Amino acid sequence: MNKEIKIPELSLVVLVGISGSGKSTFAKRLFKETEVLSSDRCRAIVSDDENNQAASNDAFELLHYIASKRLKNGLVTVIDATNVQTEARKPLIQLARDHHCLPVAIVLDVPEKICQSRNDQRPDRDFGKHVIRQQRSQLKRTIRNLKREGFRHIYILNSPEEIDAIQVIKRDKLYNNKKEISGPFDIIGDVHGCFDELGELLVNLGYEIEQCKYDHKGFGYQVTNKNDRKAVFLGDLVDRGPNSPEVLKLVMSMVNSGVAYCVPGNHDMKLQKYLNGKNVQIKHGLEKTIEQLQGESDEFLNLAKEFLYKLVSHYVFDNGKLVVAHAGLKEEMQGRGSGAVRSFCMYGETTGEIDEFGLPVRYNWASEYRGRAMVVYGHTPVPEAQWLNRTIDIDTGCVFGGKLTALRYPEEELVEVKAKKIYTEPVKPLDSENDSLLSHQQELDDLLDIDDVVGKRIISTKLRNNITLREENSIAALEVMSRFAMNPKWLIYLPPTMSPSETSDLSEYLEHPNEALKYFKSQGIDKVVCEEKHMGSRAIIVVCKDENTVIERFGIENEGIGACYTRTGRNFFNNAALEKEFLDRVQLALKKSGFWEKFNTSWVCLDTELMPWSAKAQTLLKDQYASVGASAAVALKDAITQLAKTHNRQIEGVDELIESYQAKNDMIAGYSTAYRNYCWPVEKVDDFKLAPFHVLATEGEVHTDKHHEWHMKTIKSVCKSDSQLMMETPYRLVDLNDESQINGVIDWWTELTQKGGEGMVVKPFDYISYGKKGLIQPAIKCRGKEYLRIIYGPEYSSSENMKVLKNRSLGRKRSLALREFALGVESLERFVNQEPLRKVHECVFGVLALESEAVDPRL
Amino acid sequence: MLLNISTTHTPATDLSFLLHKHPDKLQSVDLSSGKAHIFYPEANQERCAACLLLDINPIELVKNSRNNNNDFALAHYVNDRPYVASSFMSVAISKAFSTALNGKCSKRPELVDQVMPFQVTISVLPAPKGGEFLIRKLFEPLGYDVNLERYQLDSTFPEWGESKYYTLQLSGKFKLKDLLSHLYVLIPSLDNNKHYWISQSEVEKLLQKGEGWLGNHPEKEQITKRYLKGIGGLTRNALDRLLDGDGDENSPEAEESNPEVDEVKETLHQQRLRQTFQELKISGAKSVVDLGCGEGKLLKMLLKEKQFERILGMDVSYRTLEKAVERLHYDEMPPKQKERINLIQGALTYRDKRLDGFDAAAIIEVIEHLDLNRLKAFERVIFQFSKPKVVVLTTPNKEYNQLFETMALDSFRHADHRFEWTRKEFRDWAENAANANGYQVEIKSVGEEDKNVGAPSQMAIFKLNNHE
Repeated sequence: MNKEIKIPELSLVVLVGISGSGKSTFAKRLFKETEVLSSDRCRAIVSDDENNQAASNDAFELLHYIASKRLKNGLVTVIDATNVQTEARKPLIQLARDHHCLPVAIVLDVPEKICQSRNDQRPDRDFGKHVIRQQRSQLKRTIRNLKREGFRHIYILNSPEEIDAIQVIKRDKLYNNKKEISGPFDIIGDVHGCFDELGELLVNLGYEIEQCKYDHKGFGYQVTNKNDRKAVFLGDLVDRGPNSPEVLKLVMSMVNSGVAYCVPGNHDMKLQKYLNGKNVQIKHGLEKTIEQLQGESDEFLNLAKEFLYKLVSHYVFDNGKLVVAHAGLKEEMQGRGSGAVRSFCMYGETTGEIDEFGLPVRYNWASEYRGRAMVVYGHTPVPEAQWLNRTIDIDTGCVFGGKLTALRYPEEELVEVKAKKIYTEPVKPLDSENDSLLSHQQELDDLLDIDDVVGKRIISTKLRNNITLREENSIAALEVMSRFAMNPKWLIYLPPTMSPSETSDLSEYLEHPNEALKYFKSQGIDKVVCEEKHMGSRAIIVVCKDENTVIERFGIENEGIGACYTRTGRNFFNNAALEKEFLDRVQLALKKSGFWEKFNTSWVCLDTELMPWSAKAQTLLKDQYASVGASAAVALKDAITQLAKTHNRQIEGVDELIESYQAKNDMIAGYSTAYRNYCWPVEKVDDFKLAPFHVLATEGEVHTDKHHEWHMKTIKSVCKSDSQLMMETPYRLVDLNDESQINGVIDWWTELTQKGGEGMVVKPFDYISYGKKGLIQPAIKCRGKEYLRIIYGPEYSSSENMKVLKNRSLGRKRSLALREFALGVESLERFVNQEPLRKVHECVFGVLALESEAVDPRL
Repeated sequence: MLLNISTTHTPATDLSFLLHKHPDKLQSVDLSSGKAHIFYPEANQERCAACLLLDINPIELVKNSRNNNNDFALAHYVNDRPYVASSFMSVAISKAFSTALNGKCSKRPELVDQVMPFQVTISVLPAPKGGEFLIRKLFEPLGYDVNLERYQLDSTFPEWGESKYYTLQLSGKFKLKDLLSHLYVLIPSLDNNKHYWISQSEVEKLLQKGEGWLGNHPEKEQITKRYLKGIGGLTRNALDRLLDGDGDENSPEAEESNPEVDEVKETLHQQRLRQTFQELKISGAKSVVDLGCGEGKLLKMLLKEKQFERILGMDVSYRTLEKAVERLHYDEMPPKQKERINLIQGALTYRDKRLDGFDAAAIIEVIEHLDLNRLKAFERVIFQFSKPKVVVLTTPNKEYNQLFETMALDSFRHADHRFEWTRKEFRDWAENAANANGYQVEIKSVGEEDKNVGAPSQMAIFKLNNHE
């Protein structure tokens, strides 16, 4: 008796058997509890009664729903229901097909008598004998149809003994599952009989090819690779080209000796059918192959036939990180097996239309690809291999006079060999679709999809794992982003919010450097940098070396050489001419300072403060700040005058009032002085002052791995080239173990803020720093006493108000700052790694979304 | 912040009886966010002056304030409320001088109806959107001599210009109770910014304090509208009652921008919607998506027509959508009607599958809110991907702007407009977009046409080629 049943690792197992045949017991014994979906249980869930036949429709709807979720997630699912009727099994077969997994039937065929007696022992199963009899006859009638119904594996257990004998359900790996093999690989596009080019490419890739004796394993070639790399052929080895038989021999040798993998292409399959004697149309280059095969032995032809027959539709390598298939593969089909999967691997997806060249119109599945795995494919000849959503088509039409391309994995490096000649004239010119300056990815990125930003979202970042965006925050961000922000292609970064220092315990201060320094010390940081905080507007500047870079790297046409935007992604400038002049000046300064050469880059993203505040905040200053100052000054003066007159009449209590209004008057004066410090008229570029403080990213590099002194020094050298527009930021390095340095920086801050400065920002020496509990605040601001009047209101400093205001909590602000910081760095990294725009955009969008969380705006 | 009322009535100290406040004492009353002090800088036979001085604690103010919708996050903390005459002053008047305001004087009842010469100084009074012109229009018809001093925003930056603040001096002969009523209503009306939530009871207060004078005031509409902070429903209600039930159907509804432009815009907008509705109807469309549906004016019209079986409203502003839900009484809709309509948040610069499969799209006064360089994305979303069979789209005709007298040269009709097009610019864009995407386009005008500059608004009707 059989002790085991084999099922594919991803399958839908349908138990078939009449009531009382022991399905539930069987399932419980051999499968995980969560793998088993029982119709009785579903009946109970929807009706509180597991025998309620009236609830069957609802129960099965639920059962199918759960099954489809499980299969979607790639989990074995067992259906514990009688399933004795063809109609009951049909939707299950369909379900398996929909999810490209294999249906398995396990029939428990137990004599009616035994089932009846088992049911008799269960008081809740009081349905009559006729029910069991009917089920049994339905089962008997349809059992032989199982194969025709679509079950790929069928097990029939004919007695309780046979059922009990089964000790284990063995799960077989699918042929396409090569997850444990992680390369390195050299993935090679459509060869189409171009034997010479293939030889040259393999040599260039570091393979050694030796001719050897023809035998069943070698087929005349022995290929080795010193670095233990494996070649992966994407199919379409044959047809159209000059020497398909030799290509076959070479590839068969390599596959047989384990130095290569191969997936089948549509041409290979057609040849296989031909060799098998099937009736196929001999065209599209097959005629050439047949001719070339004329001299080959029957033995070789048989082996070739067998080789082609055994090719597996696609492979999933490297823990699911790499998928190879001839025509590509959608995420939901990866690692699955069905006719539909095989067909997709071979032909891709077509719309059913025919284009002007008589070729089927292909549906560009890759433009909607959102999968985690990289997909490398061929099939459709393209002039250049290009990334699109982590997929790449490397069929560069060698046989049509293009080139033969290989992709090195994991290096993601392309290696190409030019075709020696045009072997076949293409029906459609290779570059017929290439009338744009933008890459496929950039063209696709021209339009973001709303599905990539709305709803509750989870973004995984390197710095802080998963960051959750709540739906209501996405809603708010969508409005800000679409109404006010710039072209999203420029928005590769948004700065995080910054928390102030803990509230000071000194009575006259709300914030003081003590607490900022103490925070970092408590996190185990020994060295910090204290930078003067400029009071202007935060501005992110992206500048390219030339217009060409704007097109190539950013995919933007006709929008100038860069962008300068605010912390919410809005264009900083309303005046296009001024904007251009400004960006030109920054570009020139970078050029003069040798920045492009030094960093081997043609673009840069800078984090800056752009002054004066009044340049961007003119309306705010007039409507709010100056208005308060103007009204208060007049009103307070008049009040004091009237109080003074009353005082002359010697009315009791007026003196205190005069004192109190005089104090208000002084605070208002301080307030007006404070905001005036940050205002000056701006008419031309020279009236601006730009203070960069982070060199965020350049080509290939995100500079968050450098310490802040590096950033300051790098910026200094650029500022020197245009000291009219640009200014360095004064800063001090402080050793937190050195009391005199701490006192020094406090004195510096006091002096700075007394002179009208906003305050300073304290940062750990390293851009990204970790403390005892993980990532720590990348910066803490410490604002001056006078400056805070324009944040907390002119009268905040009265002792009565101060008492109230000191009761503030920073927890939320700090948590936000960390999450936004992680998202910001993530967006830069994704951009630098050339990920699709939506991946960058989701982080930038995330920062905006988080910014809509309710936090005290004064912090 | 400071109200000074003085009289030269003989004996002037009668004022203290009327105010029911002792002239030789400093007195204070509590307000919700602070205090008001009452004192007399002068009190003799010839001249008596009483001051009402507000002492608002700005921090308290924040605690008591509701979430206002100011774009400026710090507006709560940095604002002029403690220093100006506003609705706080009205509250202080009613608290400190309640008997006088209500025309009572137990000790000297004969004084109540006595007309006296008064001089009133208010420092400072904000009068946004109207200024000196408005102040005069409000006070002069009541018989006041008006004297105004206006202040610079900031003497350090003279280029910032004048502020909205004035010291207002009024003089005239009045009964004190009337004078106080005038101030009670007109101060907040000028300030145009209530510190508390406006509800129906506010209409009652207004009518009560305005009894006997507001109904005949030539500026009653504006006073009412501003006093009730432009809340449309309340304003109509109050005006109806002022006009003795003689309801005015065309009273302007509250809109955020310039009132002068508004009135024209209002009727123009109705015209635009009617015309759009007609086009949609003629097109035979059964399903319609209204992109940028706002508060749902067009949706409401569409719902009434049974030809439209499926209606989708989309807007980028969630708050606006919430208002649309309210205005359409969505939650109370019968199920059959509810089935026909749906509202979603979305943006026209993102591809959106929810917009697929509609017969028609209405895009009314929307594109001018997009930056010009984002228009390409918009075109792709609509014409390349969603591909409705008919698209009705409107935008302002820039040429017509010169006929709006109140509009500054080279400005836009709305602060959020990113561009406005001439007729040629619009036609060129529409024809290009149509050609590139397989549509035919027809241009029509909306509103009364001027022979030189055309109609105020323009409409393009796009039709997808070869569809059954």
